[in-house]
Amino acid sequence: MKRFLPRVLFAPAVISLFLWMIVPLVMTIYFSFVRYNLMQPGDKEWLGLANYHFFVTDPDFGPAISNTLLLLGSVIVLTVVLGVLLALLVNEPFPGRGIVRVLLISPFFVMPTVNALLWKHMMMNPIYGVLAQVWMFFGLHPVDWLTDFPLGSVITMVAWQWLPFACLIFITSLQSMDRDQLEAAGMDGANAFQKFWYLYLPHLARPMAVVIMIEMIFLMSVFAEIFTTTGGGPGNESTNIAFLIFKQALMNFDVGVASAGALFAVVLANIAAVFLIRMIGKNLD
Amino acid sequence: MKHLPLVIRSIAAWAVTLLLFFPLFWLFLTAFKTELQAISVPPQLIFAPTLENFTEVQERSDYLLYAKNSFITSVLSTLLGLLIAAPAAYSMAFFRTRKTRDLLMWMLSTKMMPAVGALVPVYVMAQSSGLLDTLTGLTIVFTMSNLPIMVWMLYSYFKDIPPDILEAARMDGAGIWNEFRYVILPLGMGGMASTGLLCLVLSWNEAFWSLNLSAAKAGTLAALIASYSSPEGLFWAKLSAASLLAIAPIIVFGWFSQKQLVQGLTFGAVK
Repeated sequence: MKRFLPRVLFAPAVISLFLWMIVPLVMTIYFSFVRYNLMQPGDKEWLGLANYHFFVTDPDFGPAISNTLLLLGSVIVLTVVLGVLLALLVNEPFPGRGIVRVLLISPFFVMPTVNALLWKHMMMNPIYGVLAQVWMFFGLHPVDWLTDFPLGSVITMVAWQWLPFACLIFITSLQSMDRDQLEAAGMDGANAFQKFWYLYLPHLARPMAVVIMIEMIFLMSVFAEIFTTTGGGPGNESTNIAFLIFKQALMNFDVGVASAGALFAVVLANIAAVFLIRMIGKNLD
Repeated sequence: MKHLPLVIRSIAAWAVTLLLFFPLFWLFLTAFKTELQAISVPPQLIFAPTLENFTEVQERSDYLLYAKNSFITSVLSTLLGLLIAAPAAYSMAFFRTRKTRDLLMWMLSTKMMPAVGALVPVYVMAQSSGLLDTLTGLTIVFTMSNLPIMVWMLYSYFKDIPPDILEAARMDGAGIWNEFRYVILPLGMGGMASTGLLCLVLSWNEAFWSLNLSAAKAGTLAALIASYSSPEGLFWAKLSAASLLAIAPIIVFGWFSQKQLVQGLTFGAVK
């Protein structure tokens, strides 16, 4: 009974997740070794490693990897740095703090497709967009953000969505700071920078680990923001791994190559997962 | 940052907040403009609001159907997810073994795999089982993609329940069901609520699977909005109205539950 019951209780979760993972994985592995093109139905001819070769030698492959990492890294750095600063700014009481909190969290609840279209059209349109209007107001030449800085634009959208999340977690954590300690530091003549470095920053280490972990989980495969705005372009400038696989499967109709790519992504995700467990997971037990 | 004078601090905080909120404010304004006003140069801040866009969105793309789909799939997948995740989290928190941690990490790692990697197999399976473009299909997929996060969140809540309380209940002869009913459920209610709320938000906003697995019948709002991205012309006012209708329910919902939501997302690591 003592050993039986716990297993019965977690069995549904483990079995369903296992199936959810293993069945697609096995199918993907199979597809990756055969010729499987949606436009050319027929026998799935065995190809060996040809699909892998094709995916890796695709000129979009290298850029897609660096774009994926650049997107992930930039958003994490932006949200953590700005999130901490913002959290410190709104930590002490001031008029309207409750409303500020509510307004701040809002972008986090916006669905990715709305986020993307809102920025693409109303903010970043080079003629009618708000940013263009501001640029013109200052006598500058408006920038065509999505064409000239496609990856930067996507980073902006994703960071705009995740900054509130990071910030709110930091605010929550700051609430539990030891007041006496801060006061004592003040009495001993610690300046703002010293307080930040020796008291605030160590206290924020744990929430930072949480933010980095969760953002890594969700941002390894940003898709909708790219799909609805740049479509990976111009060229491959804003194509990440997730979008490249999508492009192979549904725009080139080549499921075989897409599957080979998907397995690369799985390996990449597992490397990241191992990294997470080593570096950050310890923090969370 | 206490040493900064209150006035400067307040102004800075408000300025940054309004800057971050501005895109949503602008979306809100544009939704009530005519198409011409929406792209006027310079932008108009004061105008006679119109409700025309909203009626047109409903007529052109049957907003209510998509809203209903979003509502059904997110609520059902949340309930189903809690039903599967809660026993698992309970078992992991109170019958901890050496493998528990590995199991949790494994679950989380399935969440990190890019969904697109599983797209073709899942699509093929959905098609062959007749679940393509159905609410059932989407509900299952949403549940599965949220499950790792849910188990993890609930686990972090449950493990904070002092085992002594359970011990006492067992001493008093409480069976497993009574223990769950009278100890875990009341004490873990906050955690269940946070987890459910987060799952609701994630499912409502889920875009990848709904874009690829649903169409006219089971499409959710996230997929509906993407259909407005076609470059056929500048229909910003209508796009804004549709977007506003799609995000307003979940934002207002989020405002009321933000404390619980954020608390939950920290996985109990931030107090």
